[in-house]
Amino acid sequence: MVDFTLWDIVRNLLLAARWTVVLSLIAFVGGGLVGAALLVLRLWGGRRSHAFVAGYVQLFQGTPLLMQLFLAYFGIALFGIQTSPWFAAALALTLYTSAFLTEIWRGCVASIPRGQWEAAVSLALDFLEQLRYVILPQATRIAVPPTVGFLVQVIKGTALASVIGFVELTKAGTMITNATFRPFTVYACVALMYFVLCFPISAWARSLERKLHARR
Amino acid sequence: MPVVEIRGLRKRFGSNEVLKGIDLDVEPGEVIAIIGKSGSGKSTLLRCINGLETFDEGSLTVDGKPLLHDDRAAMRALRQRVGMIFQSFNLFPHLTVGGNVMLAPELVKKRGQPAGAQQARLLLARVGLAEKFDAWPDQLSGGQQQRVAIARSLAMEPAVMLCDEITSALDPELVGEVLRVVEGLAKDGMTLLMVTHEMNFARKVASRVVFMHAGKIHEMAPPDELFGAPKTPELRQFLSALHN
Repeated sequence: MVDFTLWDIVRNLLLAARWTVVLSLIAFVGGGLVGAALLVLRLWGGRRSHAFVAGYVQLFQGTPLLMQLFLAYFGIALFGIQTSPWFAAALALTLYTSAFLTEIWRGCVASIPRGQWEAAVSLALDFLEQLRYVILPQATRIAVPPTVGFLVQVIKGTALASVIGFVELTKAGTMITNATFRPFTVYACVALMYFVLCFPISAWARSLERKLHARR
Repeated sequence: MPVVEIRGLRKRFGSNEVLKGIDLDVEPGEVIAIIGKSGSGKSTLLRCINGLETFDEGSLTVDGKPLLHDDRAAMRALRQRVGMIFQSFNLFPHLTVGGNVMLAPELVKKRGQPAGAQQARLLLARVGLAEKFDAWPDQLSGGQQQRVAIARSLAMEPAVMLCDEITSALDPELVGEVLRVVEGLAKDGMTLLMVTHEMNFARKVASRVVFMHAGKIHEMAPPDELFGAPKTPELRQFLSALHN
């Protein structure tokens, strides 16, 4: 029987936590890009693209992330494409994040008074100019706190990627528990690490909210 | 040749017809005051002229060019000829006063920095706000904000200005400063179409007054005639309701 010191546990968890961070970043950046594209499509496009984006958002908001991960992992394989837990997790989390971000941002754009659009139209700006120079600068200020807040949800969401065999913080915790038989110590460390990742971000979101509020 | 030519204009919101066949010619330099009860279609008519609202039937030309909703380039050209001032000012809160005035010329007319800033300063001086170039919109009173909105609209060098109840959101003591600016524009030969509740102003400045009722132009005449000798019972009723 090998003895595991606390440092062994922590060291291995820290190594795995890297992948939690990387997966979160991929999901957040990828989801942000897709979400922004969907937002423009929803604002600019006709009735059909409007319905498409609304359906997309409903689909990802209306099903558990766990199912989305399963479907991505096993679904891609169904098409005969060899997939890895890495790719499936990154894909599912990106789509999930994009659906939520596009909805958050749509709400922020919708909160800009219609008069702002009308003034911009009346000054002969075209749609992209209206969006780029008039609407988005105002909407962004409103969007920053909820967007940063959602990043916390994404980080915690990556824990679910453990079920398709992606070795991140939670999966590593399970594996280390199986070797050390010290579940409480291990999962306490895991929880602490999630907290250390998430707490500064939510604190940042709160301070941003206060700052942006104070100026308006 | 008229700057604005409207023929048989009809507009429906669902089953509710709000404009029931409008014919109106506006000559360059004319000041048209549009009066009428709320719901008579006066704001909708104004918003049709720069394409903020689409219409269902009839035709509308500005400078002899027909308004085509589906033609983006044509709409962009038209909106450079037609400026609009709103009841709620609609200044861009994330830009300074100068930035508000310079934005559209920079983007649409590709006017460079020094020329744009110089023009903005001149226009702000014209509306009496030369010293507010670097101020933010929320630091200004309503009357000042509306004057900035006028300067912003003038920066696109429009041939026609549409004013949609531009003093209705102002405290009474601020109405005068905005109307004086508008009067100045009228004296300088700007073509103006204004929906207004300021009957004294209409009487003093307008070349023609249009009384709208139930989606139609009910009466139209120079102010002395229209206010002095209203021909229809609807106009008489509208005017007498104002005095009570």
